[in-house]
Amino acid sequence: MLTAVFERARSQRRLAFIPYLMAGDPDLATTSQLIGALSAQGADLIELGVPYSDPLADGPTIAAAAQRALGNRVGLSDVLALAKQCSGNSAPIVLFTYYNPVYQFGVQRFAAALADAGVAGAIVPDLALEESAELRAALAEQGREMPLLVAPSTPPERARRIAEAAGGFVYVVSRLGVTGAGKTPDFAPLRAQITALRERTSKPLAVGFGVSRTEDVRSVADADGVIVGSALIDRYAGLSGTQAVERVVDLAAALIAATRR
Amino acid sequence: MKPDSRGYFGKFGGRFVPEVLIAALDELDSAVNEAFDDPTFWDEYHAVLRDFVGRPSPMYRCERYVADLSPVPLLMKREDTNHTGAHKINNTVGQALLARRMGKRRLLAETGAGQHGVATATVGAKFGLPVDVYMGARDIERQALNVYVMRLLGADVHCVESGTQTLKDATNEAFRVWAARAGDTFYVIGSVVGAHPYPYMVRELQKVIGVEARRQTLARYGRLPSDVVACVGGGSNAIGIFSGFVDDPQVKLWGVEAGGEGLESEHHAASLGAGSIGVLHGSRSYLLQSAQGQVRETHSVSAGLDYPGVGPEHAFFKESGRATYPSVTDAEAIEAFKGFARSEGIVPALESAHAIAFARKLAAERSKDDLILVNLSGRGDKDIGRC
Repeated sequence: MLTAVFERARSQRRLAFIPYLMAGDPDLATTSQLIGALSAQGADLIELGVPYSDPLADGPTIAAAAQRALGNRVGLSDVLALAKQCSGNSAPIVLFTYYNPVYQFGVQRFAAALADAGVAGAIVPDLALEESAELRAALAEQGREMPLLVAPSTPPERARRIAEAAGGFVYVVSRLGVTGAGKTPDFAPLRAQITALRERTSKPLAVGFGVSRTEDVRSVADADGVIVGSALIDRYAGLSGTQAVERVVDLAAALIAATRR
Repeated sequence: MKPDSRGYFGKFGGRFVPEVLIAALDELDSAVNEAFDDPTFWDEYHAVLRDFVGRPSPMYRCERYVADLSPVPLLMKREDTNHTGAHKINNTVGQALLARRMGKRRLLAETGAGQHGVATATVGAKFGLPVDVYMGARDIERQALNVYVMRLLGADVHCVESGTQTLKDATNEAFRVWAARAGDTFYVIGSVVGAHPYPYMVRELQKVIGVEARRQTLARYGRLPSDVVACVGGGSNAIGIFSGFVDDPQVKLWGVEAGGEGLESEHHAASLGAGSIGVLHGSRSYLLQSAQGQVRETHSVSAGLDYPGVGPEHAFFKESGRATYPSVTDAEAIEAFKGFARSEGIVPALESAHAIAFARKLAAERSKDDLILVNLSGRGDKDIGRC
């Protein structure tokens, strides 16, 4: 399901563009508009964040967005409802969620709910390979996929096992640390990591964490996709509705233009 | 009991962290196994505990605190007499020695009440390692004395303004910083929480409390205690003293949680007493959370117990029935804080006052043939002005 997204982009000689949005920030209606606008703009896949109180892999921008969404009392059920509502008229959606909300919801129930909402899969950044088997199996049963993360600190053999288990694509973390637009990744080791991963897997490689500018997108042209989150959120923080959409669409258009090889 | 190869005590524990930290945890796991098998590591650890920390800590029999209720001997394991005033130093000495073995150049810590921050700053100064301490803005305000001491010792104290501005958010921030700096930085976790191998490693470093207490009790009374009582936030002082008695089924183990304004009020920090199973800060254990899995804000008069999670080994003890986890309210703890000081001439930490308050209740049910042992986990100077 997810692989097709990358195949299409590859056939068009460009990287897949994967924007990240925090569901419910500033409100669910604006998130819905943003999903629609980014899809219309040419986003290949939408990563939809589930607000969580203690997001260990996220930097200040996304952590603050999560707090705002939680202030609106947005939880996993609301995010699933939003995804379902958008499923017909947007790029495919994957959820980006921490494990505890999934665990409380119930792993089997979560997988079934994703299928019901037409969501393609889920990324769970605090569920490393060793802890991920149950959720991966539950998602697979529902025809959903679970991309796994590879970090710059992941040793080669472990990266191979992660890539083998990953569903859809391998999420290549660009740098040590957390999400956020503040610090530019070190692209030389990142490109070396991408080259090394190519030898170990045929699955698509999407780079995220710290990708915020058009130059960054061009710097990872040897990947299959780029994930941009904090830079978009920074762009519309404090705005809602049409104003937020206008600000995001501008940046997304520039980033999408940079994905062409 | 050693956790299994994936770091589980029964169904609790594990490693629920971003991939970027897995290599650092693997590196730590290897270093811990190697060091714990190496007698020279323990020789140095015990030498530092003896000469720098002041171990063994005394065992003190209270003369007056429960005399009106019962003739039961009430014993205090005096971790408050340690250098820096709490059990925390046992752990930070061990982790600093590990950091040095691993060639790490910096120490990173989070702290609630500040005792762990002070203990980390102390070993940083002693071993010549720069220290960064993350602390919630609210805790910085209510534990000003410890913040002053940390800075005096040369540590950089970073104020965490996000979320609830307490230990939970300081811990999130420390994890995030570690994710970026794991190459040269050792994250000194302050309790038996976090991803494997932390709960196991910290327990082994705090076990010295229980080993000493068991020896001291047998030497003085020729018998084991009937009851061992300790306060539980993350649970390191409790695991430390429980470890000396866990294989003695006749010894009842009591972990006393912060009941705040009462468990029915929702203003408390009793993860085991009123929480449910979930995942926080790297491991599966009990925690205080909403039905949707959002971690709840906690309350305790004691900053050191004001944490929504608890170490996975305690969750295992709760489920297996090996230990029992009652709670004591803020008001009961404050009464014990004052009453104990007046009866015994010792000002306990507010955290320890929770254990003392429960021990007083327990005393009413015990006779002179029993023996109640309390872990007096720290001294109360930091809490003056809060009671």
